[in-house]
Amino acid sequence: MAPPSEFGRDALAIDCAAAADAICAGLREIVHGLLRLRGAVVGLSGGIDSSVVVALCARALGPERVLGVLMPETESSADSVELGRLAAESVGVEAVCEEITPALDAFGCYQRRDAAVRTVIPEYGPGWRMKLVLPSLVGSDRYRLFSVVGEAPDGRRVEARLTATAYREVVAATSFKQRVRKTIEYYHADRLGFAVAGTPNRLEYDQGFFVKNGDGAADVKPIAHLYKTQVYRLAEHLELPEAIRSRPPTTDTYSLEQSQEEFYFAVPYDTLDLCLYAHNAGLPAAAVAPAAGLSEEDVERVYRDIEQKRRTTRPLHLGPQLVEPVPEIDAD
Amino acid sequence: MPPIAQPEIEEEIRRFLFESFPLGDDPAGLANGDSLVEAGLIDSTGVLELVGHLESTYGIAVADDELIPENLDTIGYIVGFVHRKLTGAAAGNGSAL
Repeated sequence: MAPPSEFGRDALAIDCAAAADAICAGLREIVHGLLRLRGAVVGLSGGIDSSVVVALCARALGPERVLGVLMPETESSADSVELGRLAAESVGVEAVCEEITPALDAFGCYQRRDAAVRTVIPEYGPGWRMKLVLPSLVGSDRYRLFSVVGEAPDGRRVEARLTATAYREVVAATSFKQRVRKTIEYYHADRLGFAVAGTPNRLEYDQGFFVKNGDGAADVKPIAHLYKTQVYRLAEHLELPEAIRSRPPTTDTYSLEQSQEEFYFAVPYDTLDLCLYAHNAGLPAAAVAPAAGLSEEDVERVYRDIEQKRRTTRPLHLGPQLVEPVPEIDAD
Repeated sequence: MPPIAQPEIEEEIRRFLFESFPLGDDPAGLANGDSLVEAGLIDSTGVLELVGHLESTYGIAVADDELIPENLDTIGYIVGFVHRKLTGAAAGNGSAL
């Protein structure tokens, strides 16, 4: 039997009732006290994070002072709207649905992205679906370069390494989705006198897994300090429907279904949670490897990847930088 | 055509890195053994950019299993890698570029 001092997955255990109370107190303080606003708008994706945030906002501010916004587009997964609506209903919050495909079309989101994909998969065309993928970090020091996977209407798949230009173009075009959604959230927030509540968990916030001025924009981010494992525990405590709690995390950004670790994270979220927690606590890789189910070398690789993502996504966290200070304005 | 000499490759690589990434005002300030990724000079998109540059400039193909720090993480490694690819290609088909 393992000694009690051995590092394990229970390191991420939280007192859910106390955590929920603290977040609700923080939300009231920030929304009413600091921002002087009446309520909160939450974009609902049907995922665990936005569902927990809408539940916490309803508890903190009152369900009648929270608006859920469903923002499907032609490529988002069919159950996103259904689960998003379920999350709102389960906590007594009104939800409105805004179809964003026409806006994305007008911006050229799909057309610009498809043109970029065609530079590496020339046959990519109408009826095809796509996603970006990264090779696994486990077991290799190889650089992980993005490839695009295209699926023809007959189900045939083609994978090609992206050029830097194509990668940037695909990401830039796809980011219209997050930015259009945020624009709509702020429309509703402005008309109601509400704040916009962002939904990143700690992994996403720490590792820069968001679009600047897209899903990265918000007035308050109530669960940014919680590891994803803890968000799941909180969802259970808040009695969110099982259909939401059992849905695997997805980016819901590309037309082919894509897991978050395929696109961004090095390893599955629960393993990364553990490594991030241990890395923050200064624990050596050898102490974490058994609980993470990884070799010591792979934990070292995850640690290096965590640090590299922090370095490279630092600009995403920065607001506009002033060349000269304006001391009369406290923008923090 | 004989393969390009290593000093010429180094000069060209330095020029490319200096023009493409924020290396400061002095391209010579970057030592041949400095890690480009660890120093935060290039990220994973930067590696994509570097690989694309090597393929188009030197007419080489960089295979997935060659995408390792020992080939690409320092100027010295990159120069050695390109030189090996060029001389290997020259030995194989008689045309380096």
